[in-house]
Amino acid sequence: MMRHTKPVMILVKPLKSFWQFLRQVTGDDAYERYRAHHANAHEPGSLCGEAPLGRQQFFKLRQDDKWSKVSRCC
Amino acid sequence: MSKKVLSSFMWIAIAVGGASAIGGIAIHRGESINAIWFVAAAVCTYLVGYRFYSAWICARVLTLDETRATPAERFNNGRDFVPTNRWVTFGHHFAAIAGPGPLIGPTLAMQFGYLPGTLWILAGSVLGGCVQDMVILFFSTRRDGRSLGQMARDELGLIGGWAAMVGAMLIMVILIAVLGLIIVNAMKHSPWATSTLLGTIPVAMLIGIYMRGIRPGRVLEGSLIGISLLLVCVVGGGWVDRNESLRSLFDWSGESVARFVVLYGFAAATLPVWLLLAPRDYLSTFLKLGVVFMLAISILFLAPEMKMPALTQFVDGSGPIFKGTLFPFVFITIACGAVSGFHSLVASGTTPKLLSNERDIRLIGYGSMALESLVGIMAVIAACVLDPGVYFAINSPAGVVGSEAMAAVGTISSWGFPVSVEQMEMLAREVGEKTLFARTGGAPSLAVGMATIFSSTFGNSLLSLWYHFAIMFEVLFILTTLDAGTRVGRFMLQDMLKHAWKPMAKLSSYPATVISSGLFVAAWGYFLWQGVKDPLGGVNILWPLFGIANQLLAGIALSVATGIIIKMGRARFAWVTGVPLAWLAVVCTSAAWEKVLSPNPAIGFLSGAARMQQQFLAGTLPPDQAAVAPQLIIGQQIDAALALFFVFVLWVVIIEMLRMSLRFRAGKSVLPLSESAYIQTRLEPALVAPSS
Repeated sequence: MMRHTKPVMILVKPLKSFWQFLRQVTGDDAYERYRAHHANAHEPGSLCGEAPLGRQQFFKLRQDDKWSKVSRCC
Repeated sequence: MSKKVLSSFMWIAIAVGGASAIGGIAIHRGESINAIWFVAAAVCTYLVGYRFYSAWICARVLTLDETRATPAERFNNGRDFVPTNRWVTFGHHFAAIAGPGPLIGPTLAMQFGYLPGTLWILAGSVLGGCVQDMVILFFSTRRDGRSLGQMARDELGLIGGWAAMVGAMLIMVILIAVLGLIIVNAMKHSPWATSTLLGTIPVAMLIGIYMRGIRPGRVLEGSLIGISLLLVCVVGGGWVDRNESLRSLFDWSGESVARFVVLYGFAAATLPVWLLLAPRDYLSTFLKLGVVFMLAISILFLAPEMKMPALTQFVDGSGPIFKGTLFPFVFITIACGAVSGFHSLVASGTTPKLLSNERDIRLIGYGSMALESLVGIMAVIAACVLDPGVYFAINSPAGVVGSEAMAAVGTISSWGFPVSVEQMEMLAREVGEKTLFARTGGAPSLAVGMATIFSSTFGNSLLSLWYHFAIMFEVLFILTTLDAGTRVGRFMLQDMLKHAWKPMAKLSSYPATVISSGLFVAAWGYFLWQGVKDPLGGVNILWPLFGIANQLLAGIALSVATGIIIKMGRARFAWVTGVPLAWLAVVCTSAAWEKVLSPNPAIGFLSGAARMQQQFLAGTLPPDQAAVAPQLIIGQQIDAALALFFVFVLWVVIIEMLRMSLRFRAGKSVLPLSESAYIQTRLEPALVAPSS
């Protein structure tokens, strides 16, 4: 309810969403997002339920993907 | 007043404001002009272009469909295909396309005065570059995120595909050579810059190890630590510079810096990416965005006066930085910032894998290029706030104005751009360099311009720190492009060589890596060496070649796009990409014509080679030039062949496109559109029609 919003919250909310944006745009939260996607796509017990990649393995594959094609310009 | 009327008034105001700012810039003939006019003209132009032209293209020519699932949604694997927030995707795309090009090209082109470059940046981006990026992004998205080369093969046929592949690889060779040359000219005989750069290598490796092994994937932490360490390197470089015995250790000649750059490029291409390339890319991307942002704030806050005239006498082709008349060379010198073919490689293949909805194509394709173009305008401002005499003293090669300071200031002052030895010495002392003369290539003069702007905004006493911060920032992300380019070039080479010898195909095989990296580095190393040895400073040879190559790639991308638009049955809209294509074809062809055949030995490669041959045989060359003359003569002949080859490739693709279009019009069979089938999006339930 609007009336009960504390003045601090007015500041905290945009800061929080900025922080989330920053994490996402830099790829800082990529692994969490991958796990969330994995949990969604492969329900436990289903036939295609392969185990998710580990954190290190995930970032290794991601990096190899990125640098095997043109990802920086002149 | 209704919202609609209000919005019409606002857009009329923006359009009128932009038109008056451009008019003001064009008509103004005074001592100086305020930079705010340029910012206003640019921002209004991009806003109008984005609001009206891009919206019209999306609605009528491409017909974006927001109910259609993108490749990111259809192949979502949470790793490389991921539907991503539009602003996040915008950030990724912008970071990928914005390299050193839009900073350097406009700086060099200011030898003609501010007017031609500014007008070309504005018109070229809104009608050409932004359109190219957006349509290629759209076509690749409709084709499962396929690359430009694959699209050229699917839509125009084998010849088109082959041309796109060779074109992309050759542009990489020339691009890396010219970027290497810019590093050489910024770092030669500068112990501060050299020691700072050497310091950044262990910093990057440390962050690489941190993000790989210690805290995997913690990008923000790692980058924060890395950037603090980079700032320590800048300050440490100053300390080295003031220490007499250390300073001589890092006082390298141009040849030594070039050798270092070549070895470094080879190492970076063969080392695993996580160790050097990836961590340094994070650091340079953060720095790049930070510096661009800081520059924008400073320009707005400081509103500096621009001292360069609107037009200089060098429009006649006698310019000191590079030779050649206004047409076609201003359009070749400024590629990135106006139209950059290289972007089509990012817009196809990379960005479509992140796009969550087709409607974002307008913001990401057209919008990021408009922003990059604004970076180009800021480079124009940073170059023009310098006294023109200082600008020419920094950028004119010794072979043109003389290697002695007295001679150089004499020549430059005689052009009507007064500058004195004392002024240059004081400036060099203030920025912590021994000399600023003959640092051709744009990076140092840009750094002086930025340092002047920053130090006026953030505190006057730190000019040397700001200068070396700016140099470190430029060199760092030039090196990122250089490494990334060498790596991709190596993959392209392996892809081609596998047809000759099967084992080359294995990307991870060690001998294949070393052989292909060695070949590729040798190719750009050769042109870099030629540039370092060239008596006219190298930029005169390499930058036009790079410009031609980049526009050639844009020509290929626009041909593919025009071909697809015609095959979609929308030939009446083919001018949207056809007109920029025709313009680039004219510019590229006439520039290559002049670079090859001009009787002026400073412009034409062949006449340049012939003159050197004569001087060599007559024994009139200075001894240091005579020693390398035979190689330089062959070098110029190779440059001529390369320029001809570029134009040949461009026309092959254009003719293939025209041939296909004529067949299509005549009702004969052509390769079918390779668009993938429609699948409805499920990401936004509101868009999905209720099932009956």
